[in-house]
Amino acid sequence: MKKLLTLALGLSLASASAAPVTLTYWQYDFASKVSTMNELIKKFEAANPDIKIKQETFPYDAYNQKVASSVPAGQGPDVVNLFYGWLPQYVDSGYLLPLPAKDFPIKKIESDFVPMIQTSKMDGKYYALPTSVRTLAVFYNKDLFKAARLTPPRTWEDFIAAGEKIVKGAPPRFTTLGFGIQPDGQDYHMVREVLVRQFGGTPYSKDSKTATYDSEAGRKAMAFYTDLATKYKLGVPNFFPGNNSYRDAFIAGKVGMIIDGSFAVNTIKNGAKFEWGVIPLPVMKDNGIRSNFGSYWVNGITKNAKGEKLDAAVKFLKFLTSETTQRTWLDSVGEIPASRKLSGDASLRKDPVFGAFVGSLPFAHSTLFVDEAGQRKAWVDAINTVLLQGNTPANAIKKAATDEQKILNSYYK
Amino acid sequence: MTSTAPTSTTPPRPRRGGSMRRHQTRTAYTFLLVPLIFFLIVRFLPTLSALRLSVFDWNILKEQQPFVGIENYERLFADEKFGQALRNTALYAVIGVPAQIALGLVVALMLNRIQALRGLFRALYFAPYVTPIVAAAWVWQWLFSPQFGPINTFLIWLNIPPQNFLTSPTQSLATTAALVVWQNLGFQIVLFLAGLAAIPRSYYEAAEIDGANGTQTFWKITLPLLNPTIVFSVVTGTISYLQLFTQVVNLNFTDQGGPLGSTMTVALYIYQIAFGRYQMGYASAITVVLFLIILAITLIQLRFLTRKYDL
Repeated sequence: MKKLLTLALGLSLASASAAPVTLTYWQYDFASKVSTMNELIKKFEAANPDIKIKQETFPYDAYNQKVASSVPAGQGPDVVNLFYGWLPQYVDSGYLLPLPAKDFPIKKIESDFVPMIQTSKMDGKYYALPTSVRTLAVFYNKDLFKAARLTPPRTWEDFIAAGEKIVKGAPPRFTTLGFGIQPDGQDYHMVREVLVRQFGGTPYSKDSKTATYDSEAGRKAMAFYTDLATKYKLGVPNFFPGNNSYRDAFIAGKVGMIIDGSFAVNTIKNGAKFEWGVIPLPVMKDNGIRSNFGSYWVNGITKNAKGEKLDAAVKFLKFLTSETTQRTWLDSVGEIPASRKLSGDASLRKDPVFGAFVGSLPFAHSTLFVDEAGQRKAWVDAINTVLLQGNTPANAIKKAATDEQKILNSYYK
Repeated sequence: MTSTAPTSTTPPRPRRGGSMRRHQTRTAYTFLLVPLIFFLIVRFLPTLSALRLSVFDWNILKEQQPFVGIENYERLFADEKFGQALRNTALYAVIGVPAQIALGLVVALMLNRIQALRGLFRALYFAPYVTPIVAAAWVWQWLFSPQFGPINTFLIWLNIPPQNFLTSPTQSLATTAALVVWQNLGFQIVLFLAGLAAIPRSYYEAAEIDGANGTQTFWKITLPLLNPTIVFSVVTGTISYLQLFTQVVNLNFTDQGGPLGSTMTVALYIYQIAFGRYQMGYASAITVVLFLIILAITLIQLRFLTRKYDL
């Protein structure tokens, strides 16, 4: 009997140690994301005893470098978390495998997920899918609004009027800003994907290969945005020194309104010692066109996953992009679900914080970046020529378009 | 190998002394070999591979790394941002090196004169040099903040209009250079104090007997005899300014080298091209050019600054 037991134990141990496939998963180091992922991995491993997941994380600043340098070495993760804007380069390098069509039918992807994820469709194939998505909205300081007897603005005209009542001081010595203007924060996305469209234009051609914002709409958008600082004097960039100037200043209670992404919710919730609220991005009074900028982080399978690892990676990816995981992600990380069904959820749409972000998903546009750092720089520099050197908005938008087109051309050559 | 040396042909020498010397020589070479190997692997090998990379279109996100010859170098000539970085870098050196040498000399001369609290003052001036650059840069951001900075508060108190400093494209480079000078000053002072201590007192005594005044002793004795120190400072200082990186990165973290590229240095530009945009080939080409510039300037400086003084 005893012998038999030992034999059985030995056998089961042997089979258990031989079977499991170990996958490596990489994401950047953000406390709530890492701990949530640890919980999710436990859940996944319980349901798939033959698969083990090893999570590795790296600081945000070094993350893309770390992933990029693992490519030529053929090292790194089997399943990887990437910013959608990096996808073209990673797809180009052959680093990401296209998602197997039988496990992830394209039709099903497009009916299940919010429309903006279609930016990551390349040559008719999907290479990665998100768990959650983010959009922009206006965070406002309720206490400052109450003190100035203001109601949250719905149009840009009201936005400017509210900002003018809140701002204290004058350039360059402000003490309180009406609007925390910051071109190198989320603002440049807002000008490109929101204002250009609200003035009736489109920022890029359909195939994303041409910058089309050097247009009437683009000029108006650039003028409108830079006027916030130069004409209406609602604030200055870099009001607070440091990394997250406008967000830090908002948290310190020194700014009436900022435009920021849903990813900022937790930071603001933990930091702000006053009543604050979130409202959708304003619209123009005369046409009411709504638009938003959407972005997301995706999970993809790398070329390192082969054979049974690939099968395991497909299972893991299905799990990561499932509605159950998306709900967990919303509850623990605070990022909004990428599924149409979940984001259409009535209670979520009415949520005082997430409602504004979720509500704009149907008209959120994401930009196809080929060189995120370079494209950002083209915009930030163009805006700065107006704010710091007195350039005209018309010349500035032309400069942005020329500089960005150069980058696009060198990529699509 | 050494054992096969034709001992028979060499004139007989005291055996013990010869073997002793040989032993010492061998020991010396062994110890010298360690840094030699280190330098070959850690310094020269990467330098050579940068030279090789610079003729390829080496993007780490691409599978193909085609040979492009001198294309990367040609691209440099048309690259306005590189031109701006090069001009800025030259400007940093032109402002920074003379400023830190002049200030360093003045403070060192004053420190040399006082007896009490000499150590305290030395420590005070040296403190910025050992302060982590990142921390110092962040503190300077606040000091120079147009909104809250004490420097602007002081200017307003003097009835001078507040300045934008780091957020102004015309003032940011000078402000950044000021930070670097402030940080290097302590080191500079220590160098000059050592240089001053090395000047024999007898020269001054002789000058005094001859009736030379303070200005004369400074120009005729102190300054000429400090020449080796000055040469060392100019050469190493110039190199460090030509490689300026950390201060610039941290003074404007979200728009590094900004605003509008006004504080961009060649080293930072290399970093951005290589690790922000992954164009390793192009970044290597810039590295090679920077290396050649530094080499040329250093050789020229050594040629023209080094002087022998006979008193």
